[in-house]
Amino acid sequence: MLLFLGKRLLQLIPTLFIVSLIIFGLQQLLPGDPALAMAGEERDPEVLEQIRRQYRLDQPLHVQYLYWVGGVLSGNLGESMRLKEPVLTLIAQKFPVTLQLALMAIVISLTIGVSAGVISAVKRNTTIDYAVNVVALWGISTPNFWLGIMLIFLFSVHLGWLPASGYVGPFEDFWLSLQTTILPAFVLGNSFAAVLMRHTRSAMLQAMSSDYVRTARAKGLSERVVVLKHAMRNALTPIVTLGALELGTLLSGAVLTEQVFSIPGFGKLIVDSVFNRDYAVVQGVTLVTATTYILLNLCADVAYVLINPRLRS
Amino acid sequence: MKRLGLAVAAAAVLLSGSATLAQTTLRVGLAEDPDVLDPTLARTYVGRIVFAAICDKLFDIDDKLNLVPQLAQSHETSEDGKTVTIKLRQGVKFHDGEAMDAEAVKASLERHMTMQGSFRKPELAAVDRVEVADAATVRLHLKNPFSPLIAQLADRAGMILSPKAAREAGDKFGLKPVCAGPFKFVERVQQDRIVVEKFPQYWNAANVHIDRVVFRPIVESTVRLANLKSGSLDLIERALATDLKEIKADPKLKLATQIEIGYQGLTLNLANGDAGKNGPFGKDARVRQALEAAIDRKALSDVVFSGEVLPGNQWVSPKSPYFQEQFPVPGRDVAKAKKLLADAGLATPVAVDFMIPNNPESRQVAEVIQAMAGEAGFDMKIRVTEFATSLKEAEQGRFQAFFIGWSGRVDPDGNSYIFHKCNAPQNNGHYCDKSVDQLLDDARKASKLADRKAIYGKIADKYLKDGSIIYLYHRLVIIAHSAKLEGYTQLPDGLVRVVGVKLKP
Amino acid sequence: MAVSDALAVELHHESPSARAWRRLLRRKSAGFGLVVIVLFVLIAVFAPLLTPYDPAQQGWTSIRKPPSLLHWFGTDESGRDLFSRVIFGARASLLAGVVSISIALGLGVPIGLLAGYGGRWIDVLISRVTDAMLAIPFLILAIALAAFLGPSLQNAMIAIGLTATPIFVRLTRGQVMAVKVEDYVEAARAVGNPPVRIAFKHILPNILPALIVQATISIATAIIAEASLSFLGLGQQPPAPSWGSMLNTAQRFLTNAPWMAVWPGLAIFLVVLSFNILGDGLRDALDPKER
Repeated sequence: MLLFLGKRLLQLIPTLFIVSLIIFGLQQLLPGDPALAMAGEERDPEVLEQIRRQYRLDQPLHVQYLYWVGGVLSGNLGESMRLKEPVLTLIAQKFPVTLQLALMAIVISLTIGVSAGVISAVKRNTTIDYAVNVVALWGISTPNFWLGIMLIFLFSVHLGWLPASGYVGPFEDFWLSLQTTILPAFVLGNSFAAVLMRHTRSAMLQAMSSDYVRTARAKGLSERVVVLKHAMRNALTPIVTLGALELGTLLSGAVLTEQVFSIPGFGKLIVDSVFNRDYAVVQGVTLVTATTYILLNLCADVAYVLINPRLRS
Repeated sequence: MKRLGLAVAAAAVLLSGSATLAQTTLRVGLAEDPDVLDPTLARTYVGRIVFAAICDKLFDIDDKLNLVPQLAQSHETSEDGKTVTIKLRQGVKFHDGEAMDAEAVKASLERHMTMQGSFRKPELAAVDRVEVADAATVRLHLKNPFSPLIAQLADRAGMILSPKAAREAGDKFGLKPVCAGPFKFVERVQQDRIVVEKFPQYWNAANVHIDRVVFRPIVESTVRLANLKSGSLDLIERALATDLKEIKADPKLKLATQIEIGYQGLTLNLANGDAGKNGPFGKDARVRQALEAAIDRKALSDVVFSGEVLPGNQWVSPKSPYFQEQFPVPGRDVAKAKKLLADAGLATPVAVDFMIPNNPESRQVAEVIQAMAGEAGFDMKIRVTEFATSLKEAEQGRFQAFFIGWSGRVDPDGNSYIFHKCNAPQNNGHYCDKSVDQLLDDARKASKLADRKAIYGKIADKYLKDGSIIYLYHRLVIIAHSAKLEGYTQLPDGLVRVVGVKLKP
Repeated sequence: MAVSDALAVELHHESPSARAWRRLLRRKSAGFGLVVIVLFVLIAVFAPLLTPYDPAQQGWTSIRKPPSLLHWFGTDESGRDLFSRVIFGARASLLAGVVSISIALGLGVPIGLLAGYGGRWIDVLISRVTDAMLAIPFLILAIALAAFLGPSLQNAMIAIGLTATPIFVRLTRGQVMAVKVEDYVEAARAVGNPPVRIAFKHILPNILPALIVQATISIATAIIAEASLSFLGLGQQPPAPSWGSMLNTAQRFLTNAPWMAVWPGLAIFLVVLSFNILGDGLRDALDPKER
């Protein structure tokens, strides 16, 4: 097991290397000129030239890449062109926010998604099954921004129960923090809950028609034990895979939700940086999301092995 | 014991509650996250709103766009127009306690003029050197007469920084700006909030009735308004024209509006790259005139903005003293448009590559223009382009028509020179007329309004016929605020000025 | 037991696909899903015959009017007929969903099979590149691709397809890893079947249910992703409608013209629901373990 873990951790290095190559390659594909994008209305050729020199944008790509790698290896992710702040500071500011939101969303979606999936599999082809399905699919097919704005109108403007937007950290004020994050976490969790529910249902059905469940039933175990102990265990594989994938996506991709609720997280940082061609930030943030993502996948793979011991050989 | 602890905690909460009651905090919703808060390096419109609270300028404007002294007390221009002497307000302190004197002004202006990456450099290009005459007087020596100078000094180029802080922080000054404005910078969390607090030694502190201002960027206009309605914000900028009716109907809200000093228009490519040279607009000025005649500015305003923008046909709005009344905003004339196209000898439909930056409002404007121009024989092919890309495409001439605006400057020179002059940085359509160039320079030398207006009239006479920009409309600066806010007035530049404003509990 | 199952399948006189169809149609809900999808496809194909107005025809005197006899779904911000736009929008949105996920399946499944069943080094290489792709935020990939190819609906579909591919690679690989240690695969290998035959004949049918469920859900996600891309100006170009771009436009008017969001939203919901119900039916019909 330790050997397996060690090997997987080593794999992080080539993956991150590929990520950095892809990011630098994409940057070359991105149209627009960082200096021009930064200048916006104030574009004066002489000033633009100076900015290009200052940020080495006039150097060939491989030289820029080497400078960047050199910086990363010595713990320096560079500086934001737009905000003049070190990328590391920005990441340290945003990462906890997004992590909190992502974890809350995952908890919400696991609670709703898995239980709905199990219920719908057990009560297959009944009214309950259909009802659960329709509700879940409503979740997938509602765009986050729409649901977000609706919830703001309901809970903040009409009922006045929750603040309309903004963010407060859990260590500043735990209760207020919960109030500011519950709606965005629900919006994010809601759409993923539907995905989870569908997969849980499918995997449960597959598991329940399998030999070992039939055997368990034949042994005269109660339905409850059969469902929760035997079938669930096998249905967990896709749930764990998807859960890890989704957490990774949430860490970088909650853009629209963050925008609607004005949550200062990673997603907004990435989008603003892409739109302003603030490459140092794009590279730094991608590096962090990539690392987190890969570590999560590693956890998923470990979980595979734990759930299905036959893979261990 | 536990109960006692709770009681103490409750008392603490009560105390802090009463303390915050005495403090008045103004919460402002911004439409974007500002860029770096360094007046030398800053470049966004939204950044200027924050600067209005923390950094005073040598001059400011009043509601009629007259230039009035702020950190300066008066100014005088020499006979030949090449020396400007500015007397400074005395006894003004920076937030760090340093004195705001002639040396500080000199240091700030020189920083604006020479610092690497300074966006103020072109604005102060006319200044040759800055001389300290005495502790309260600076003398600006110009390369040539430049009448828009005072207007430049009423914007970021005229913001004075604490020389000590600027020296120590270098290009990191924007992380903790130290100026001489009514509010002192406290903290900034990127994309979340910028907090400033009242500066007790401010020269006009008696008129500052707000203790703290919190700026919060909220991009979605619907959500910004929802925050205002639910009481989470006290003032929002850039409310939508289509929401005006709703805001007016709400007794808890008030509006403050002004016509902007900028404009929105179509930049046509006359000669920039192949798309320009071989395109319809480069061939014949009548094609440009045909497109203008096909557009109904009034209907455009009605359809997209519920009639809440001001149709215009010049680089200054019809409300500006520099507006040329002899060229009124033309109405729509489809027959004339068709005839002009036929006279120009173009086969219809005339295909036009129509680039627009990506936002819902531009999209709708573009769709309406497409429909209007279609009736006159144009086939406007809309190409939605993300903003950063569109700037590059515009510069390199990969467009035939480009829907783009300009946030505007107080002096008409700022709306004209860099767009109209041959090879000027913002002249993306590559319009070039030597006589217009000469007139533009003349307008910089003349100092009286009437003289300058006459010169701009000559430019308009040419440019409105064959220039590369078709001016369409001037937006409304729309500030919505809580009815508890008293004494708020809006100026045409769109900035939020907090001095003199009171917030009732 | 499992081996005899596999044998029984081969011995059965009815072909597997015919049996799957029979089973699929036997289910009422799956039939409903299929009917709705076919209906939407027909609507998309025959859109010009069904619409009372030109979807791009603006009516400047009837801006943001609520549903009426004249305009069944009301009008939008430029006075265009929403009913006609929803019908024409079906074209862009269905294409965006189906084509992009076909691209993702077509690329993702073979690559995933190769990774799960190929060899150690192939697996390592594919897994690393997949991880790297998944780790890069969707938006960066999409903007770069669309900018490279030029903004259009077609390129948006390619961008969505490519970004969805790694998920299918990963899912396929994970399922293969779980299935390949099962008895029937071991048995097939013991009998001396070549790896390609085992991959397609024994492994693919067993991982199909998971893939189908993911594909039907991904179609839904793709339809919404098209909305995000047109939000960035990289999808359907105006004035042609897609449900996604209609929803985005409606966002500005949620409070004063809510119907603008309702119709495209409802259309997306119906199509997504139908694809998922159909996916369920297919899953059941294709499950080799079930009679």
